[in-house]
Amino acid sequence: MDLSELLDIATQERRTQKPIQIRCCLAAGCLPCHSLAIKERLETAIATAGLADRVQVCGVGCLRLCSQAPLIRVDRADSPAASILYEQVTLDQVPAIIAALELDPAAPIPDPGAVQRGDLTHPFFAHQRAIVLENTGEIDPERIESYIAAAGYRSLHQALHEMSPTDVVNTITRSGLRGRGGAGYPTGLKWATVAKATADRKFVVCNADEGDPGAFMDRSVMESDPHRVLEGMAIAAYAVRANQGYIYVRAEYALAIHRLQIAIRQAQRLGLLGSQIFDSPFDFRIDLRIGAGAYVCGEETALLASIEGKRGVPSPRPPYPAERGLWGMPTLINNVETLANISPIIRRGADWFASMGTEKSKGTKVFALAGKIRHTGLIEVPMGTTLRQIVEAMGGGTPDGTSAKAVQTGGPSGGCIPASAFDTPVDYESLTRLGSMMGSGGMIVLDQTTNMVDVARYFMEFCQEESCGKCIPCRVGTVQLHQLLTKICEGNAVAADLELLETLCDMVKHTSLCGLGQAAPNPVLSTLNYFRDEYLQLINPDR
Amino acid sequence: MPPSDDRRLQILDATIKRYQYQQDALIEILHKAQDLFGALESDRLLYIARSLKLPPSRVYGVATFYHLFFLTPKGRHQCIVCTGTACYAKDAAALVSVVKQSAQIQVGQTTSDNQLSLSTARCLGVCGIAPVVVFDDVVCGGQTPASVRDRVQEYLTLQRQ
Repeated sequence: MDLSELLDIATQERRTQKPIQIRCCLAAGCLPCHSLAIKERLETAIATAGLADRVQVCGVGCLRLCSQAPLIRVDRADSPAASILYEQVTLDQVPAIIAALELDPAAPIPDPGAVQRGDLTHPFFAHQRAIVLENTGEIDPERIESYIAAAGYRSLHQALHEMSPTDVVNTITRSGLRGRGGAGYPTGLKWATVAKATADRKFVVCNADEGDPGAFMDRSVMESDPHRVLEGMAIAAYAVRANQGYIYVRAEYALAIHRLQIAIRQAQRLGLLGSQIFDSPFDFRIDLRIGAGAYVCGEETALLASIEGKRGVPSPRPPYPAERGLWGMPTLINNVETLANISPIIRRGADWFASMGTEKSKGTKVFALAGKIRHTGLIEVPMGTTLRQIVEAMGGGTPDGTSAKAVQTGGPSGGCIPASAFDTPVDYESLTRLGSMMGSGGMIVLDQTTNMVDVARYFMEFCQEESCGKCIPCRVGTVQLHQLLTKICEGNAVAADLELLETLCDMVKHTSLCGLGQAAPNPVLSTLNYFRDEYLQLINPDR
Repeated sequence: MPPSDDRRLQILDATIKRYQYQQDALIEILHKAQDLFGALESDRLLYIARSLKLPPSRVYGVATFYHLFFLTPKGRHQCIVCTGTACYAKDAAALVSVVKQSAQIQVGQTTSDNQLSLSTARCLGVCGIAPVVVFDDVVCGGQTPASVRDRVQEYLTLQRQ
């Protein structure tokens, strides 16, 4: 495969595009709502009506507004602004959708109200900036040709033929990209560390465990644009001089696993993975490794243990995986979203990426917006967008119109940010300053009926169940914290219990071996900070 | 070891061979064994340990560490209630209670007639259609106590018909 062959595939694919595209979301949020059956019925109806030369029905990834599933978008190649989004589509509405294409002059004028239409000018869509998600909802995730037509694998070619591995590392460093898995570690620095290490073998691992409840950003990228992840890994491997990659996916993501398997096979068949990629001396293979249901395997050392077929138990760091990771070899581990940023950065340049976002948090962030919010779904916004813009403008506020109480970010490692702080811009430092964290991108909106002490108890129950059991502060600490929180929720606690809660949180936070234990007290500490009165109301004064 | 007539064992052997008897493929092999046999019972674990030349304690340790592996078979029908944050915010706890009450079992248990097993999952990643319940591998969004109760009743009465 050389560049001219790649460009030929792209040209060929673009030539097959029909003037009208009906895009049907086939991601995990729409599939349970019969989106596949709707797509098939549309295809049959188009063929029967003899419109197949002008209309193409294709399955795409996430169309973003999950609360209105299943979603279909009708696009016209000659007028992008004339796209129509159909929401909550049912099988019997297929004829109405086809009538609305107005391709048959003899047919009666279709009733515009027959199928619910979405508003593509609404802030939910208008405020989004698609970098990671630029192909999501646009291309067919099961066809490599579709990805190639969208400039896919162009960046890999550029890296292999026009840049040295050091050039690639420098570009990523200059872009300011930081890890999107939650910790926000500078990606370029991590790459440079692995690149410098000397060893017989090095590995690139993609952390696709996405265990945070309420987070489905990585799932969406893998289901909707799997090649993007593969290309990012290949560029990373070239930069750090690795030849073997692993994608560690949680077992619960069956569709993502399926799409990745198809993508890897297709890339191998075209010589875009395997030996001598693009006729260069660079070899790179990617294998999938499936998880088995353990939140702690999102922690990098536990993840590596799991790839080695062991219990997912973390190890003390140093040594960091960059020096001693898989089977003792230098290993680069990056999150799905981090890797999904690599190909656009190579193609459009570090300066382009650094022009978005804030001073210390460059680029965009994908969030999974859910909970007590009108518009649930996937959003990608520039860093620095405020919580208020996200919750009120984009999210449309709570379903019953009452004011939102708080937003939970960072999953079980994060915290709750009260409505009074909604003017905070979303970036790594600001959220940490508020006692929460960016996390992987799960953002749950809570309303006035939510009991914040119960929220803390809920997350502690989660951490308790997911604790690997290796270190005492976490193994025992989470149990004791959960029991205390339950005691408080049930109204059986006294002031001394609250004091004990705070002391125990401090101990668990500072003495646990890994991030799970260290961050387990965060939801408690953040709710104590902002919603202390809810705790005090439950404490018995007289005993 | 003489070749087995059990087709499932043949498939498992083929899988182990495909992974070249590598010890680090243990989790993949346990997944396959569970898919084939329905559960990871002791003989199965011992068989895998012998095939991969691993101590049985190590295989047992891995099988019991991960939530998705189970050592005893599940019921004929599975009901998995998602208790992730978005589903929690939409009262997943009420859905769990409905199943517990209707089937008279706790989470992680199977009814005495082996019809229904109840378990919970910490986020299936389909928060857009919360609250979510998986009935026999089919993801069902927007569940209510009534819809869950109806489904459970259906499963419980199926065998008696």
